[in-house]
This record gives sequence, C-alpha cells and structure tokens, in this order.
Amino acid sequence: MLNIENISKTFNPGTVNEKKAISNLSLRINDGDFVTIIGSNGAGKSTLFNAIAGTFYVDEGRIELGGQDITYLAEYKRSHVIGRMFQDPLKGTAPSMSIEENLALAYLRTAEGMSPFSYISKKDKAFFREKLALLDMGLEDRMTQPVGLLSGGQRQALTLLMATMITPRLLLLDEHTAALDPGTAEKVLELTKRIVEENHITCMMITHNMKQALELGNRTFLMSDGDVVYDVKGQEREGLTVEDLLLKFRAGTGKDLDNDRMLLST
Amino acid sequence: MLFIVQTALELGFLYALVPMALFLSYRVLDIADLTTDGCFVLGAAVSVVMTAAGHPFLGIICAMIAGALAGSVTAFLQTHLGVPSILAGIITNTGLYTINLMVMGWSANVSLLKTETIFSMFKSTGIAGSWHEVLLAAIITILAGILLLLFLRTRIGLSVRATGDNMDMVRASSINPAFTITIGLMIANAMTGLSGAMVGQYQNTVDINGGTGIVVIGLACLIIGETVLGRRTIRKGVVAAVVGSIIYRLIYAIVLYTKVVPVQGLKLITAIVVALAIASPRIKEWIAFQKKKNGFVKPTGKEEV
Repeated sequence: MLNIENISKTFNPGTVNEKKAISNLSLRINDGDFVTIIGSNGAGKSTLFNAIAGTFYVDEGRIELGGQDITYLAEYKRSHVIGRMFQDPLKGTAPSMSIEENLALAYLRTAEGMSPFSYISKKDKAFFREKLALLDMGLEDRMTQPVGLLSGGQRQALTLLMATMITPRLLLLDEHTAALDPGTAEKVLELTKRIVEENHITCMMITHNMKQALELGNRTFLMSDGDVVYDVKGQEREGLTVEDLLLKFRAGTGKDLDNDRMLLST
Repeated sequence: MLFIVQTALELGFLYALVPMALFLSYRVLDIADLTTDGCFVLGAAVSVVMTAAGHPFLGIICAMIAGALAGSVTAFLQTHLGVPSILAGIITNTGLYTINLMVMGWSANVSLLKTETIFSMFKSTGIAGSWHEVLLAAIITILAGILLLLFLRTRIGLSVRATGDNMDMVRASSINPAFTITIGLMIANAMTGLSGAMVGQYQNTVDINGGTGIVVIGLACLIIGETVLGRRTIRKGVVAAVVGSIIYRLIYAIVLYTKVVPVQGLKLITAIVVALAIASPRIKEWIAFQKKKNGFVKPTGKEEV
C-alpha cells in the first residue's frame, strides 16, 4: 500500500539551523493497517506525515502509494487520495463558510468530471445530512451555520467527516484529539475508530498517549531521530505494556523516551 | 438636492464595481490587491479607444478581458514567482502605466467627440429620460453583483472562498491554491476594468492618471457599506460594496456642492477614514487595555506597615 524507501529530509541545509528531520527512513504499510506512532519531541513524526502528504518534497528516496510513485506529486494532487487531520481543530475547516459548504469542498475530491460551476445539489445536501447525523452532535440541523460557531470538538469531528467522506487510500491523523477536552477527545476517537473500521481505511495516527497507541490499531511504530526504531505488530504487540514499550525504546536508542506531553498523560 | 442625489447615484453605481472587486480580493481572498489603480485606467483606456473606433459594446467586453489579464499577471507573480502579494500588485500597477499609455496611442488622455457610447445609445431608446445614466450603470453593476454571487456559490467559487478562509485546509482538500488565487484575482480585476470602462464612456474621456487613489476610495466605500450593513455573509458584502459606493459619492457630491471642505481635501479625508476603519480593532483593543490599566490600583507600599 504505502511504500517508503530511504527517504531523508534536512531543513535549512548549510545554515546554523540545519536539522536532519528524517534520515534514511524506510517503511511499508499494508492495506487496511492501522498504525499508531509514538516518539520523542522532534523525532520526526509530523515531518514523516508532511513528507507523505507532500507539504515538502523529500531530499532523497521514494514514496509510493497504492503502486503509484508520488515522490514528486504536488500536495494538492496527493490530497485526492490522502485524508489528513491536524492537532489544531481550526486547521481543518473554513470558519466563515457554512457546514454544508465545507462538506461540499471536501466532496470536491470526487468532483472529477463534474462541472466546476455546478452547485451543491439537493442530493448532495441529503447525503451530507445523513453523514452528519452519524456524528450524533446535532450538526445535521445546523448545516447553513458558519463553522466558526462550532466548538473545537465539533470542528474536529466535522474535519474527520470531511477527511473520510470520500474514502481515502490513506488517512493521516496527527494527534487529532490532543487539543480537545478529555470527554470530547474520547468521542472523536470513538468516531475515528468506527469510521476507519467501517470503511477499512488504511490509517496512521500519531499519539502521545502510549496506552492508546497500544490499544488502537494493529501496529505501532516508535520513532526517534528521524527514523522508525521499533515496529511491532501481531502477537508480539498483543501482550505489550507501556513499560515494555519504554524498555524497547531505551534498547533501541539508548535514551529515555522524552516527550513532555507523554509524561503528563498516563 | 435632487441633482446631488442623481449625481451620487450615477457615480455610485459607476464606481461600485471597484469596492466589489476589493470585496472579492481583500475580504474573500484575503489579498490586498493593488493592481486596482492601473487596472481601472486600463479598463477606461481600452473602452474609450474602442468606442472611438465605433465599438462601444466590444470596448466594454475587451476592457473586462484586459482587466482579467492584468489580474492574472499579479496572480502569477505571487503564486509562481514568490513575489509578496502587495508587491505583486504594485509591480503590475507600475507596468500598467506604460501599457495604458500604449493603449491610448502614447498620449496622456483621449477624449470622445460626438461618438456613440453605451450611454448615448441607451439615452436614444428614451427609457428613463434624464435618469438613463443611473439606470444603465445600475443595471450593469447589479448584474455583475448577481453573477459574482452566483459564482461564489459554485464549487469553484467555494474553493476560492476557502482559499482566503483557511489555506491549510485548501491544500489538504485537493484544491490548488495557485489556481483559485488566479481565478479570484482575474474576476476581481475584470470587475475593476468594467468599472473603468463604464466611467470612461460616461465621461467621454480617459486620463492616464484617472485611477490614482481608486483603491483607497474603493476600500472606503466597502468599509462604509459594511459599517451600515454589517459584514457577515457574502451577499451582504456584495450589497455593501454598492451601498457604500453610493453613500461615498453622496458625501462627495454634498462636499462638492456645499464646499464645507475643499474638494482637494477629499482624498486626505478618505485616506484617514480608511486608515481609522482598518485600524479600529487595534484602537478598540488599546482603549480597553488603557481602561484596565487605569483601573488597576498601584501598590504604594504604605498600607503594608
């Protein structure tokens, strides 16, 4: 499915701020995998996501998605098949546009062959309403309200819907519940689980919650210094505890796992 | 008094497409597009020269196309060459000065003598009598406003709006921001060109410096309109452009007629009004902070003995 071969990325090369964010990283993710990713601050987790999504082009290596080489494909073109969510709930939606207009934008991804001058049809609206009802937040009755009036949790749930409305080949979740209060975070996570399972979406999720990293999905990556240092799945993963994970990390890198937010959450 | 109102309505509708264009570029796309001044003259020049050659209608259409092309140059500079958006507009604007002179046959002004314009043609139909200029300008402006609103509701129009609203989201939802910015600026400058085209034929003349300060006046109109109507929805914004333009021209006509302020002083007043209006959120913040600061009792140290 996703095949990454030896990618590297250095920011600000040749300056005092030179930072090798990803070094010789290779990984292969299978269709239907749900990978959770944890790692220290600056381990390159978000950089990896940005490399996959095309926010920048990698310096070296190859990225293949679904058999297609996307190494030099523009970001907006990759978005046709890659859904993305960020930690900041404000990032995923357009605040001054209504809920249905935001959904219509997400729906654009299928709009190939559809006239760019076409309007949101009644059929589209019915479809949006049906999808919104699944969130169970009453948003289906507020479709013409601007998104700016929604709470962070509601916006994040809406973003989730937008990212998955057209089933993406790959869904990238970058700590998408970290900025929400615990109750809302729980709810958005439940929704994520359900939507990913129902649609068999291949998914990668960065989290700072190690328990969550082990409970969710079928595979876990530990990242450090721009590379995946530990990749666990299947039977080995089932019996794994948070303590084991910490030991693995120390064994793999010779360091303790230091992520300030990770230490604060249990 | 009626004369003042009539003049205000005429000029208000004729110039209303400039604030409408700024609404699209400044409010919707969130780009300060300074192509406006040169683009306005470009529209007027193309329109007047074509009218002189006996093609008033074609002149209007070509003026819009010319405006759109000017907009595409500004868009190209910022989307593909990394020129900061404000500078991109200024660069295009500067280049347009020469282009405009070229269109006008290298003379600083061109006048129409007894040539049929869209206004004289409309007058000869006998509809609306002496109000024919108001009516024609209103029809064109309102039509352009409706078309703009319809456009902004289409899929591509939604993409343009999202570009100004949340760039991160746009990139993540398979929209090419370079494309939407280009489309938006082309439409905005086509509208500016259309306004210039109408004004040119209305005044039967075009002057190379006729566009100076148009962008600030346009912003003033937009802000006046938004103050009157509030700025929430797209529809209100478009209406605000027209209403603001008419109010501005009404003030202008009153000043011109009563001479409370010398007419030469109007541009300064306009500039101050725009600066204050755009600065108002910051000024309000500052006032609130000062109140808070003054309400705070300074510890003197004497009480604690």
